[in-house]
Amino acid sequence: MIPEIGQYALILALLVALTQGTLPLIGAHRGDADWMALARPASFAQFLFVATAFGCLTHAYVTSDFSVLNVAQNSHTAKPMLYKISGVWGNHEGSLLLWALILAVYGLAVGAFGTNLPAPLRAHVLAIQALVSVGFLAFTIFTSNPFERLDPAPLNGSDLNPLLQDPGLAFHPPFLYLGYVGFSMAFSFAIAALLEGRVDAAWARWVRPWTLTAWCFLTIGIAMGSWWAYYELGWGGFWFWDPVENASFMPWLAGTALLHSAIVCEKRDALKSWTILLAIITFSLSLLGTFLVRSGVLTSVHAFATDPTRGVFILGFLVFVVGGSLLLYAVRAPAMKTGGLFAPISREGSLVVNNLLLSTACATVFLGTMYPLFLDALGGDKVSVGAPYFTGTFAPLMTPLLMLTAIGPMMSWKRADLPGVLGRLKLALIAALAVAVLIWAFTSGSSPLPAFGIGLAAWLIAGALTGLAERMKLGRAPLRESWNRAVHLPRSAYGMAIAHAGLGVVLAGIVASQSWQAESIQLMRAGDVAEVAGYEFKLLGVRQEQGPNYESQRAEILVTENGDMVARLFPEKRHYPVQDMPTTEAAIHSTWFADLYAVIGDENPHDGDGSSWNTRIYHNPLVPWIWLGGIVIMIGGAISLSDRRHRVGAPTRARRLRTTAAEAA
Amino acid sequence: MQISQLRFVLPVAVFAVVAAALGVGLTLDPKRVPSPLIDKPVPEFSLPPVTEEGEGLASTDLQGQVTLVNFFASWCVSCQVEHPLLNRLTEEDIVPVYGINWKDEPANALRWLKALGDPYARKGSDVSGRVGIDWGVYGLPESYLIDRHGRIAYKHIGPITERDLDNTILPLIERLRG
Repeated sequence: MIPEIGQYALILALLVALTQGTLPLIGAHRGDADWMALARPASFAQFLFVATAFGCLTHAYVTSDFSVLNVAQNSHTAKPMLYKISGVWGNHEGSLLLWALILAVYGLAVGAFGTNLPAPLRAHVLAIQALVSVGFLAFTIFTSNPFERLDPAPLNGSDLNPLLQDPGLAFHPPFLYLGYVGFSMAFSFAIAALLEGRVDAAWARWVRPWTLTAWCFLTIGIAMGSWWAYYELGWGGFWFWDPVENASFMPWLAGTALLHSAIVCEKRDALKSWTILLAIITFSLSLLGTFLVRSGVLTSVHAFATDPTRGVFILGFLVFVVGGSLLLYAVRAPAMKTGGLFAPISREGSLVVNNLLLSTACATVFLGTMYPLFLDALGGDKVSVGAPYFTGTFAPLMTPLLMLTAIGPMMSWKRADLPGVLGRLKLALIAALAVAVLIWAFTSGSSPLPAFGIGLAAWLIAGALTGLAERMKLGRAPLRESWNRAVHLPRSAYGMAIAHAGLGVVLAGIVASQSWQAESIQLMRAGDVAEVAGYEFKLLGVRQEQGPNYESQRAEILVTENGDMVARLFPEKRHYPVQDMPTTEAAIHSTWFADLYAVIGDENPHDGDGSSWNTRIYHNPLVPWIWLGGIVIMIGGAISLSDRRHRVGAPTRARRLRTTAAEAA
Repeated sequence: MQISQLRFVLPVAVFAVVAAALGVGLTLDPKRVPSPLIDKPVPEFSLPPVTEEGEGLASTDLQGQVTLVNFFASWCVSCQVEHPLLNRLTEEDIVPVYGINWKDEPANALRWLKALGDPYARKGSDVSGRVGIDWGVYGLPESYLIDRHGRIAYKHIGPITERDLDNTILPLIERLRG
């Protein structure tokens, strides 16, 4: 009964979305206030219906209703409650429903809090949002129905893939989708602007907080995904340039560019058509990501069950949304008033360079991801593009961008004094060089690249701090005045500095873990000690244990440093009987400066007196900084989001809600 | 149209190309659609063993009987998903499974096989990925059914599921054995 309610709710949501996507649009075209006003209650109704459907599916999972095909295929009574709930979106159909729900939540937010938007703009935005919803709801209902029944119902389900039964991966999709779908807001605003033929500073002010919200979520979503790859795959790697990883990274790069170009749009009333194009591209890349994962065009570690009819549907949808909006752009954008020219050495000039580098980087990732497909489509050879291409093209593009990250924010609008800016960054430059030289001295004989990388990271952090100190006039004015300035500095200034510094933290983590990882593989008997990077790892023993839906061999390893206890590690080897699948659970002890990482392998029972085990132990320097930095970046974004000036576009209530949501992330 | 307006058309033009490629890709690639290598002899190759003492794998090994060639790597998550099924194929003696360890550290691959079981009758190490390119491997896992004459009969992209095995692969093996 309850799954049928979900099914009906989903169909009703589609009908509401169709209404919301057409009538207000016509209303805005004709200037009919009543028709335009329809969008607001429709957005409420749409949320209500999609949330009902989502609630029904969750209910089916929580109660293990195996008469629902989707539940039978992806759940099991013995599965812990957390994974029963995360199982709702751990499959193709349910994840689409989650996508539709998040889309409805964003629509609801505009409907509820966008009361101070001009009526035609609000009608346009809500209608475009609804049209995107139509696509996703229709896709769900017609090709991927999560409520399909199974008769007779099996006694138990076939369980969720054990690799997905992991806290890191349980919450990775919701954050990723909050990011992907969040970019639909910038997209809807961009299309609305094209339809109205008008972009002004106020428009940019409305777009910025939405983009920032989506971007924060996407940042944390990507960080979670890479964290999962790090501890679940167990080779100490955290990014594999896999097509689906790239699919989430491309919208992030484009979204980062959008974030920065919208600033120019707001402050200098320039780069308008470029900002609109970026908004379209960012969301298009989010949609493309969905296409790549679900169509079977590219296969990857994350691929959901693929199905050609689904591929055709998504391609059609993609052509309609992306092709349609780019066509609209081609027709309407030339008529937009272009902003004035500006000097290359200025804040806006540096933001243009930022945009150039970010979009080029995005294009290289795009090319690397799609190249095999293009070549295949042309009937050419089958090729694969791997990490060497990406690191070879990406790093050279990122290096100047990161160098500029410290300089750009110090420049003034309109015309900046470059020697002056560099002079004020003297301390940061000295600090960065000192760090680089020190590192190189300590790692003498090896490549200077790691030293350069860490130096660059120090430059980013020191540069961000210098930027703040400058604005406080620290050291150049009496302390009291500096304090006053610090208190009154806009939060967005702190947010930016924190986010830029976070980038430095991430970079340091990447460089150090890539350059100085220590690895040790050995056979160990209970009582044996392995020494890695100055730590002693003593295997105390291995015990057989029973988990809720798995059996486990759990080792206990005592880690000491010069006799002082550091940590107890419990690496596990699990076996999930329902799917007959083993998983390796690495044990990780994080200090602030490194991860101690232990994995237990096979048992050799006939090895002299008593069993011995294969163990792998890693010392990964600075690797926690990668995710720590990701969190710092996200916090920077959230602080910036709480800035008073970002609230102009929406009333205070909306702001507060959105920031708490972002902070909770 | 003026030249200056052309740049506004450029995005939609680029997208048209991308969409066309995606459309063609959709018809080319999904599992049921044959790879250009179907019914062609397997590309010639000779790979060193993954272990020092093992046997390695060469195209000449794929003659005379129906075999399944599976590309795998320790860094590939989906490979772990299909691995129990490959183990079963070997345990129950359904079809000989040959492995090509693609773009992987042999040491990692060995540990991986130790942990998950080793279903491969023979396996070769393709560290550079060169042989995989000849086979048209794009992402892992990929599996190929080879007929008695050493020709590629079927290509499977992505992890083999229970359903793939029952509906496609096992019937095809029966047919190839004739």
